[in-house]
Amino acid sequence: MDRSAHAVGVEAAVSILELKNISKNFGAIQAVNDISFSLQPGEVTGLMGDNGAGKSTLVKMIAGNYRPSSGSMMMENVPLEMHKPIDARQHGIEIVHQDLALCNNLTAAANVFLGRELRVGRGPFQVLDYKSMYQKAGQIFAELKSETRPRDLVKQMSGGQRQAVAIARTRLTNPKIVLMDEPTAAISVRQVAEVLNLIRRLRDQGIAVVLISHRMPDVFTVADRIIVLRRGTKVADKKTSESSPEEVTGLITGAIERA
Amino acid sequence: MTTTLEKTIDAKQQSWLSEKLGSQTFWVFMAVVAACVFLSFATDSFATPKNLYNITRNVTFVAMIALGMTMVIITGGIDLSVGSVLCLCSMVLAVVMHAGYNIEVGIAASIATALVIGAFNGILIAYLDFPPFVVTLGMLSIARSLAMVTSGNTVVFEFGPDHQQLLALGGGAWLFGIANPVIYMLVLALITGFVLRWTRFGRYLFAIGGNEHAATLTGVPVKLIKVAVYMVSALSAGIAGIVQTGWLGAVTTNIGSGMELQVIAAAVIGGANLAGGVGTAMGAIIGAALIEVIRNSLGLLGINAFWQGVFIGGAILLAVLFDRIRNLRQRD
Ligand SMILES: Nc1ncnc2c1ncn2[C@@H]1O[C@H](COP(=O)(O)OP(=O)(O)OP(=O)(O)O)[C@@H](O)[C@H]1O
Ligand SMILES: [Mg+2]
Repeated sequence: MDRSAHAVGVEAAVSILELKNISKNFGAIQAVNDISFSLQPGEVTGLMGDNGAGKSTLVKMIAGNYRPSSGSMMMENVPLEMHKPIDARQHGIEIVHQDLALCNNLTAAANVFLGRELRVGRGPFQVLDYKSMYQKAGQIFAELKSETRPRDLVKQMSGGQRQAVAIARTRLTNPKIVLMDEPTAAISVRQVAEVLNLIRRLRDQGIAVVLISHRMPDVFTVADRIIVLRRGTKVADKKTSESSPEEVTGLITGAIERA
Repeated sequence: MTTTLEKTIDAKQQSWLSEKLGSQTFWVFMAVVAACVFLSFATDSFATPKNLYNITRNVTFVAMIALGMTMVIITGGIDLSVGSVLCLCSMVLAVVMHAGYNIEVGIAASIATALVIGAFNGILIAYLDFPPFVVTLGMLSIARSLAMVTSGNTVVFEFGPDHQQLLALGGGAWLFGIANPVIYMLVLALITGFVLRWTRFGRYLFAIGGNEHAATLTGVPVKLIKVAVYMVSALSAGIAGIVQTGWLGAVTTNIGSGMELQVIAAAVIGGANLAGGVGTAMGAIIGAALIEVIRNSLGLLGINAFWQGVFIGGAILLAVLFDRIRNLRQRD
């Protein structure tokens, strides 16, 4: 349905997000260096690169966690100015962080809603709406086919359940962009399949998905396009169907300079 | 359907019971009750109205501040300046009222002082990344010194035109013969308990203590919350100072010295974890109660007051030992 709307447009592909010459340095470390690319609705982009290549830094800028040192972002052709994560969420950008960003001392539901708790009441007399948060979190876990229980403390959870909690955060709203930083790092084969299915479902809803992963097969099964970073620089950006695991490996290690 | 329902209800009740039995607060509470029962039989003077009145009132000053301290500890911080802040706030109140202003002005000045000091602590900790221990240790020294400067290191015991009102505020018993400070403490405890469980602010305190980095990533306003929590802590010290001034009827520059240790002890005995992420309002009150009962009972049993530190220190270690054992059992 989204696609037909685009077909009417003049351009072949209307990008939802466009990065122009984005750089980020932490002191002397140049983590991301002059990167430009765009994300299309209903497309899964695999973002690959060696440890320290700058993948997490890049998606954190898109999620409003870091501000770029230079460069600009355009969302649906409007300049995107973000100062904090909430700004990104308001623009429909959701992220699953690499370290999951969970508080062990809180329940699964509390973690899912962290930073955007549901409340009932009026004005200054609003209180946390535990019931709705438990309910909604339970629904999302069911939808994700996860055994996670909303009232359980994250402390006691398995790696897969923790991951489900982090992923569940992206299902609270109807986002336009979902960034997943190694969502399959700590989970079983069955759960990996579940996450990949979720990514496909998101894509079918017209959401732009960015998948960061070191697992070549995962990326090649779901990604429509692959971007490779090496030491902060973009060295490839091409259709998955026109590339191969061998080529991507070469690009990551530097055996192949550019593609 | 019915079986699963029963099962869940069963499970819920079990978890409720096991939660109670597993909570440090519960066992400390039992210890307080046991001590009180024992003392009622072992001494003639414990269960007298006068002694109970004294105990409950004495608990309050430590307990009120322990409520604020618990919030700070939940975020993984610490506030060592509370004793000195109590002194400074008492002194500001005393000096302002002594100068002829009425009680409202005195209290407003005192509370403003507390909030400014709390904000100062909080800003250094949250925005300049100073360790809480160091900042509040510095403030411990600064605030007491300022109290001496404010008063010229004298004792203030005349509080101007509203002298009687101040004494009534702290020393009276307006409700069913319960000492006023006890009422204030209960109200503050209810507010604290409510804030911790039902508000977003409370939720964020736990989130920051649990994983500050995660809280930042998910958009919790970590820095603002930290500033606010040190303001709350200083405020609790200020309120305790005002009430205590009314009760004592005099302010010296050494009141509240060493009090920070009692307050932290109360919070920790009540289950607050110095590593952050855990703590309750109820725990703070019960922890303070245990300390006061220990102090009181030593006197009644005729044990030399020099032993007080041993018993209170022992209580701290026992409470934490209990927590360790529970953690070890969970890990098995
Ligand atoms: N907050 C920070 N402060 C300083 N340096 C940082 C920070 N975050 C990242 N870096 C540096 O930036 C570079 C890129 O890091 P980044 O986390 O983006 O890599 P990555 O591609 O996600 O790696 P991995 O696959 O290991 O997750 C690294 O050299 C890292 O040390
Ligand atoms: Mg990374």
